[in-house]
Amino acid sequence: MSEYNFAYLDEQTKRMIRRAILKGLAVPGYQVPFASREMPMPYGWGTGGVQVSAATLTPDDTFKVIDQGADDTTNAVSIRKFFENTARVATTEETEKATVIQTRHRIPEAPLTEEQILVYQVPIPEPLRFLEPRETETRKMHALEENGLMHVKLYEDISQHGAISTAYAYPVRVADRYVMDPSPIPKFDNPKMEMAAIQLFGAGREQRIYAVPPYTKVVSLDFEDHPFEPTKADHPCDLCAAEDSYLDEVIMDDAGNRMFVCSDTDYCRSRREAGHVGRMGREDA
Amino acid sequence: MTPLLQVKGIKKCYGARMGCADVSFDLYPGEVMGIVGESGSGKSTLLNCLAGHLEPDAGQVVFDTRADGPVDTITMSEPERRMLGRTDWAFVHQHARDGLRMSVSAGGNIGERLMAVGGRHYGHIRERALDWLGRVEIDATRVDDRPTAFSGGMQQRLQIARNLVTGPRLVFMDEPTGGLDVSVQARLLDLLRGLVREMGLSAIIVTHDLAVVRLLADRLMVMKDGRVVEAGLTDQVLDDPQHAYTQLLVSSVLQV
Repeated sequence: MSEYNFAYLDEQTKRMIRRAILKGLAVPGYQVPFASREMPMPYGWGTGGVQVSAATLTPDDTFKVIDQGADDTTNAVSIRKFFENTARVATTEETEKATVIQTRHRIPEAPLTEEQILVYQVPIPEPLRFLEPRETETRKMHALEENGLMHVKLYEDISQHGAISTAYAYPVRVADRYVMDPSPIPKFDNPKMEMAAIQLFGAGREQRIYAVPPYTKVVSLDFEDHPFEPTKADHPCDLCAAEDSYLDEVIMDDAGNRMFVCSDTDYCRSRREAGHVGRMGREDA
Repeated sequence: MTPLLQVKGIKKCYGARMGCADVSFDLYPGEVMGIVGESGSGKSTLLNCLAGHLEPDAGQVVFDTRADGPVDTITMSEPERRMLGRTDWAFVHQHARDGLRMSVSAGGNIGERLMAVGGRHYGHIRERALDWLGRVEIDATRVDDRPTAFSGGMQQRLQIARNLVTGPRLVFMDEPTGGLDVSVQARLLDLLRGLVREMGLSAIIVTHDLAVVRLLADRLMVMKDGRVVEAGLTDQVLDDPQHAYTQLLVSSVLQV
């Protein structure tokens, strides 16, 4: 497909996006507006992440895409194919071998390194959106560090459910300044955001890019008497017996049987290859 | 004694039309000032200028801040003014919907200002919210209900609780009893009078209802066509109106 420019977008567009990325890295957690392009996929399928990836990729990169942790779901497969076709970059399913990882709703279990970039697909970048509908007002609130409203959401959680029930897209404060929506990752992943890799967030429909530089302080918001708690299903993985990974629940039949498996398929596969076997992980089971 | 608020020559125009002009007065701590006039007389424009919602074309609004003494709030920086707006100032809207977050529970509405000034202890915030619900005569069992489930009078009382929870010193009220039926109005006025006396609040109340200012206000300003036509002690102005317009206003009140 030589009729496409490298990584689909034209060079001017990539330049514009890179500027937004650099600004985002310079002001961690600040939502930088950018002129989001129409992409050959519907909004909500990762148009923001794809544009950030396109502006980030070089011909030498190795690219990995995950969707809810999995490499083999529709969204991940089609975005991986898209860049195989338009950029002809190498792709992989192994977290350690990738240099650019585009993700929807998860952070890989394997720790990322300084050599890697993690690109998030973001549906709604504004953490205050459902409390304050006016964009002009939320921008002003971020600018003036008026973030008390974020705690109103957590207050509502506790008053209705007895605990902070927000389980994903759990708001964080980045570098002691901006309150940021970490995209809909489970709050289990929140502590991982203080990492060695660069984290870039792209919201295509909302036309915003933001970023967290390596080793930046990321604090999950909470109350003194209701501290933040990362949560996961209280089980080991049924395939690889991992006790430290985030699990998906799979309904097996209509008789109440279910299994818990790692949502990070690459992590699960590599553990099974290393000989770890869970409750239902045997081939004959 | 230093006035809490000194208003000097406030003027606001909307293009060629005048909203209000040449308004000056002093408000002392614990004093309640009523502003009356017919629709379109510039009362709300004036109130919004004083509260920092509109930028006046000329004039000063000097507020006696806790930290730095008298400061002109029009020339102060926006963060400072917004900080005042959620600590020492309160604004009660005519329509409770404008002043409340309708999708957030009553407790969350009251707690918002506490969290906005750094409250980070759920138990304490909850306690204060319940305390304030009691003070505005809303049953404690309604603390987790949304304002959409409240009657108009309850919404208005909730708005007042939400505003007073941080212990402001100056309250701006824009027709606080508008749109409520008379018995609910009476109860709200009773409540407001109690709170104003008990907390030593200063207040500026804009209304077209002379009964409201008779009950609440120490002093009265009558506005017509954007200008103050008469000012003085409430009873004096209402019982012995001097200006022709005030006389008309007073004699227009229906007697039951």
